Amino acid sequence: MEATLRQTWAFLFRGWHITRRYIGWVVVFNFYAVVTSATVALIGVAQNNYQLTLTLVVGALLWNYLSFLYNEIAMSIAYERWEGTLEYTFMAPISRAVHLLGVSLFSLVNAIVTTIIVLIGLMLFTDLPFRGVNLFGVVVVLAVSTVAFVGLGLFAAVFPVMSAERGAEATHIFQGSILLVSGVYYDIAVLPGWMQPLSALSPATYTLTACRKLFGVGNPNSTAEYLAGAPLSAVTHELLILALMGAVLLPLGLWAFVRIEAWAKKTGKLKRTG
Amino acid sequence: MEQTAIQVRNLRKSFRKRNGFRKKSELWAIDDVSFSVAQGETYGLLGPNGSGKSSLIRILSTLLIADSGYVNLMGFTLPEQQEQVRKIIGRVSVDAAFYKKLSARENLVYTALLYGQNPRAAEQRAIDILEQLGMENAKFSTPLEEMSRGMQQKISIARALMINPPLLLLDEPTTGLDPKSRRDVQSFLEDLQRREGTTILLTTHDMAEAERLCVRIGFLAHGKLVAEGTAAHLMRRAGAATLDDAFIKLTGEELVEEENELALVED
Repeated sequence: MEATLRQTWAFLFRGWHITRRYIGWVVVFNFYAVVTSATVALIGVAQNNYQLTLTLVVGALLWNYLSFLYNEIAMSIAYERWEGTLEYTFMAPISRAVHLLGVSLFSLVNAIVTTIIVLIGLMLFTDLPFRGVNLFGVVVVLAVSTVAFVGLGLFAAVFPVMSAERGAEATHIFQGSILLVSGVYYDIAVLPGWMQPLSALSPATYTLTACRKLFGVGNPNSTAEYLAGAPLSAVTHELLILALMGAVLLPLGLWAFVRIEAWAKKTGKLKRTG
Repeated sequence: MEQTAIQVRNLRKSFRKRNGFRKKSELWAIDDVSFSVAQGETYGLLGPNGSGKSSLIRILSTLLIADSGYVNLMGFTLPEQQEQVRKIIGRVSVDAAFYKKLSARENLVYTALLYGQNPRAAEQRAIDILEQLGMENAKFSTPLEEMSRGMQQKISIARALMINPPLLLLDEPTTGLDPKSRRDVQSFLEDLQRREGTTILLTTHDMAEAERLCVRIGFLAHGKLVAEGTAAHLMRRAGAATLDDAFIKLTGEELVEEENELALVED
């Protein structure tokens, strides 16, 4: 047990020190996240429409959290490929579950910090009241959807194992596709008809729908001064789907990773490149 | 009776190479290789680039799965018992792969944690190893990217040894090092073998290094083990005055650094 805790801590230790050494880039990425989120939210402000602003703010916040979580997990494996250290991780007597748990935990901490920074940034650009928002419900929905997104991140982490360069490209294409179909900034009804069924496959769709209800978006009782957030019971349907997705995606992502690791060892694809 | 630390029998590994749009060809990286290494022995594998040395080390390191054959490391077979094998091996590769932005200390503590070890005890052990390798303590907090290749390779050796493995797999550990660093590493390995009785499998291009460190040597060419024995035995067998000449006579090749298409395939 003690050894497992140390192994999990290894990834938090590594992540913290890498973050420290790349602090300039961390500031740049967070600045960019705040600015892009603010520019999206300001579309609603310009329309003088608090419901639109709220829709965009919720979309920006959740997308920052979910995409950061997904991206950090996938890219941490890509980073290991670039540095050539993935071989040493695979050579260590550590189970893949503990390895990926450690990676995911650091990604989670990073995603939470970035989301808080973006939230503070958005509060500077918009004057939305957050009174009446069902914050507890939002936290519950985020906690449940985190599991599903970690599963997606593990799936995406498979690509860099297959190919250091092409893997990172595939990771971003996959992320972009989720952004497109999940209704982050718009109703999925505006998507072409043939694309709309795809949104049902993205956990982000349910996270956003649930959180918008909990924020009071579209609720006739919401006003510009007070938001009428729905109770948690109003998002039971989304929570159940998210829980089911998490229960499937997390073990499936881990399974896919282990399978691809074995394939890479058979074909010699693990060899350091770059 | 001498105990066997490494036993390899009829090991084969091939890679597929794409030739044009649809054609694929198969290249043998390791072709029916068999050898064994006794516990506490230092065994050398000599061969030019692309001869299969690195593929062999990678199979023993659990990073590559062989097509067929039998591999047993200290009682554990591969790939079935790779979890146990990972606890008893340390590997140093020709390219010192680290998180280059992190310091030596941070990289080594990370490795200790990855192996579930107490980081303080492992850190002290790493410092001791680095001192024996002639590295100043002050360099311990320097980012790896600011270190010379020789220093990075010494950190790499410390990383492999800080877990105290009974079996050390060294893939060209001194390639590209300056003469002083090369001597430091060789002296350290001699001392380690004497003191701890560590079994060492060493691949190298350097004949003098092989003669100095290895009890027995195997000549590897085109994935085949063409000859093995002590340096004196190999020279006698080839009727050669030097190990270099013996290698050329027995393998028909020279140990020149040349790009080999096999290395490209594995890339």
